[in-house]
Amino acid sequence: MAEQKRAVALISGGLDSMLAAKVVMEQGVHVEGVNFYTGFCVEGHTHAIRRSDKAKQKRNNALWVAEQLGIKLHIVDVIEEYKDVLLNPKHGYGANLNPCLDCKVFMVKKAQAWSFMEEHTFDFIITGEVMGQRPMSQRKETLPLIAKQSGVEDRLLRPLCAKHLPETLPEREGWVQRDQLYDFHGRNRKPQIALAKQFGFKDWAQPAGGCCFLTNAEYAAKLQDLWEARGERDYELDDIMLLKVGRHLRPAPHFKVVMGRDEGENKYLEGYKNTFITITPESHTGPFAIIDGKANEDDVRLAARMVGRYSKGRNVAAFTVKVRLPEGHEHQLCVQAMSPDDILNTWHV
Amino acid sequence: MSETIELNTRGLLCPLPVIRTQDTVKSLSRGDQLIVYATDPGTLHDIPAWVRVHGHNLVTAEERDDEYVFELIVS
Repeated sequence: MAEQKRAVALISGGLDSMLAAKVVMEQGVHVEGVNFYTGFCVEGHTHAIRRSDKAKQKRNNALWVAEQLGIKLHIVDVIEEYKDVLLNPKHGYGANLNPCLDCKVFMVKKAQAWSFMEEHTFDFIITGEVMGQRPMSQRKETLPLIAKQSGVEDRLLRPLCAKHLPETLPEREGWVQRDQLYDFHGRNRKPQIALAKQFGFKDWAQPAGGCCFLTNAEYAAKLQDLWEARGERDYELDDIMLLKVGRHLRPAPHFKVVMGRDEGENKYLEGYKNTFITITPESHTGPFAIIDGKANEDDVRLAARMVGRYSKGRNVAAFTVKVRLPEGHEHQLCVQAMSPDDILNTWHV
Repeated sequence: MSETIELNTRGLLCPLPVIRTQDTVKSLSRGDQLIVYATDPGTLHDIPAWVRVHGHNLVTAEERDDEYVFELIVS
């Protein structure tokens, strides 16, 4: 009896990668999934933080897909390594700060490195790419480039659009049958939905606006603002997590104020009280805020007045807050809230 | 003899608690017990799902005083 071949599938949690893995599993191949955590993934975080999102399902879609398929899923932290992909993309950015092509090269390469490092013996790699579906990374010209630049070459199989591409090693060796692969093309999702029904899948994730914050214009603007304010293009995980939370206002180049927009965000921001100067409304209900930057006394007073604007004390003469320094010193401050007109549009990051 | 290890993932958002669980389990042996503490409500779905897909044994998954506690046995 022939040895069962093994493939590692890049599982994003979306429909395409789920189908790609299933197509190959149907051919008798042992498949395990790998999912890379860059820190910019949309799912989970904001739902976990925001109270208004509490009703939304908080499942990790990649894990959910793995359960549907009955395969193991390995989630790999690539936060540090991903910095170079984002900061120095060889192929540039898409519409925002999304380095999609470099990202895909990185992930395919990383899947191979992971399989070696973990002493897993995988024969090939599967992705759910569909030719023509994405303007940057899933074009006719870029699919071969990903295979080449990742170093995976012809061990990279795209089951959903394989018939548009040259034969890969798994096909030539007979590990998978080319006639049981697909020729999906373009942005039309009907073939994928039909295939999902054929496999009996009744549910799948359809993330609105994609699954990466870097494709989001507002998020990209906040990241750009962070780099400009710090004078260097770099970040830590806490930086990029904070950009997903709260209302960000920068009244001066050297500091910005981040205010929670609901109880969940307030609670999340409170976790940073030992890192930043924080402002807690005391006389009236209002947002918890952090000051990111080197704020002097006047800046803190301004920040307190800004917090007042978004509090129930916006119309009173005396709005009291507690100011806490990162090392723990606390003092009270009584201010008058800013009027809406005093908060300039240009402050909103 | 089997070991019992505690893992603190409080304050981390998913999938980091799952990744920390996964990395800790790698260093354990069959029969060892791992107790995971978390604050992200997403872990209530994700940690049991991870345990199931890897074939380990989830003993408990419960909310206690504003946090989530998971006990699993490595298979």
